[in-house]
Amino acid sequence: MSTRTLISPAQLARPRGKVLYWTAFTVVTIVFTLVFIGPLYWMVTSGLKSPQEFAQTPPTLVPDAVHPQNYADAWGVMDLAQLLFNTLYYAFGALAFQLIFDVAAAYSLSKLRPVFGKAILGMMLLTLMIPATVLVVPQYLTVLDVPIVERNLINSPWAIWLPSVTNAFNIFLLKRFFDSIPRELLDAASIDGASSLRTLRSVVLPLSRPILGVVSIFAVVAVWKDFLWPMLTLPDPGKQTVNVGIYSLAASVSENWLLAALAIASLPTLIVFLIFQRNIMSGLTAGSLKG
Amino acid sequence: MSAPTLSKNKARPSPQTDGRAARPERGAFVQALKRNLTAHAFLIGALLCFSLFSWYPMVREFILAFQKTENGETVWAGWSNLTYIFNDPAFWQAWRNTLLFTGLALLLGFAVPFVIALVLNEFRHGRGYLRLLVYLPVMLPPVASVLLFKYFYDPGYGLFNRILESIGLPGQAWLQDTDTAMVSVVIAATWMNMGGATLIYLAALQSIPGELYEAAELDGAGVLRRIWHVTIPQTRLILSLMLLMQIIATMQVFVEPFLLTGGAGPEGATLTVVHLIYQYAFTFNNYGSAAALGLVLLVLLAGFSAAYARLSRAGSED
Repeated sequence: MSTRTLISPAQLARPRGKVLYWTAFTVVTIVFTLVFIGPLYWMVTSGLKSPQEFAQTPPTLVPDAVHPQNYADAWGVMDLAQLLFNTLYYAFGALAFQLIFDVAAAYSLSKLRPVFGKAILGMMLLTLMIPATVLVVPQYLTVLDVPIVERNLINSPWAIWLPSVTNAFNIFLLKRFFDSIPRELLDAASIDGASSLRTLRSVVLPLSRPILGVVSIFAVVAVWKDFLWPMLTLPDPGKQTVNVGIYSLAASVSENWLLAALAIASLPTLIVFLIFQRNIMSGLTAGSLKG
Repeated sequence: MSAPTLSKNKARPSPQTDGRAARPERGAFVQALKRNLTAHAFLIGALLCFSLFSWYPMVREFILAFQKTENGETVWAGWSNLTYIFNDPAFWQAWRNTLLFTGLALLLGFAVPFVIALVLNEFRHGRGYLRLLVYLPVMLPPVASVLLFKYFYDPGYGLFNRILESIGLPGQAWLQDTDTAMVSVVIAATWMNMGGATLIYLAALQSIPGELYEAAELDGAGVLRRIWHVTIPQTRLILSLMLLMQIIATMQVFVEPFLLTGGAGPEGATLTVVHLIYQYAFTFNNYGSAAALGLVLLVLLAGFSAAYARLSRAGSED
């Protein structure tokens, strides 16, 4: 980075500046590593300890004896395969629903411009003004007995998938991106005889890869991180998400197993994060404010 | 395909002539209808979901707040739900705790990320790594980060008391003491959530033109004055948006106290408004009171939401 910031490059180039810079840099790097990686290290290594060693004071930094068996036991006893599978199933289902319905809606509002389009968008954005937690109770009652079709969605993946579509922020992001696609491109496609669906598929979507990536990551992460809603709507232990499942088993398993389970549950997100960190972090800043 | 194209050409001039007086052009009407049908077909999935899971619950929230269930029958309750919650001592305690949480969270969660962003922005090395570290907890499943903190806070074998004792400070009861319970929750919540704010501030800091700092420096402004006279005015919009967003988010805190202390904590020290809504609805099956409390929260936060919408619109028009 060559642009100057708070402190001028000239000041940093002086011997005193250099010393200060490197001291500050080293201290910050060490402190940050301890603060942010430390807990993860503790989680992974505590999962390897025996129950006696875990409860011992002072705690050991490096396990005296390593028990990888804890991880296998936690996996089996807490049925983590099922919990992880459930979470993935809900997350990618929610992603599919959002990609289909929200992209279609944003495309319609941005390019097809139906009557009442502005009002519909306004009504969608209005939902952002209502604090999410206020709606939990009436939403729960709706899921208990869906009006008109009169179905109970408790313990069904639909209870996660369908409400995930009501993401006005995603629709807004997508619409704003679609707005920036030049009209002429779409006109050209329609002169060539392409239907609206065809135009969406072969003109708009290929151009929108970056924003689709951002929306997808947010959709998956949101389900992965959610707690209250899956706890309410998926009471059946066999259908719970990792978050809820581990929470409800926490009191009944030994602590080293629990920590092993936490490490296992954190692993997928950490891997996804390390692979997609660039997209996730740039998406965050693009998605928020101004952009 | 040729017929609609023809009628489209014919329809073009009609808006310029007096549209209402002119004879309705069937081609144009059919065209518009067709266009609208397609457009609404694309909207239908989202519309159905919004109707069922957003708009209908919004209306229902208002209705529920004025209803109650007696002997299995739903009856009109008037203002009685509201008077009931106002007379519930837990209501006032929950609000005191929530405001305390919001205040502490702003102190930590608003200031700390800004300072971190300021420092990171000065570094010419390892910025990617440090940014990655700060954002890492945001990606963890909340159950993992919260339960980790629960172990760190344990007064017996917890890591935090070990650290305190090793530097000669007395150990704390953390989550088990009414005085420190909420602070402990805030520290954990800040660790979990501050990554997002830090990255947003960092992006804002990078957009400040370097010449401004240069000019300030020539005028003899020290580092603190440069922050005060350049950095803060240049990031004012983002700072105020983040402030509003944090207020809106922290007043709805639920997961952290719920997982750390079971929600209420020692003598209700960490009982928050949303946890009280949860209790009314799902412990006491009193949906009316839950909805009434939700309305109170809604009214309080609506002002912040409106200010946020206004500011961000003003910001994107610049």
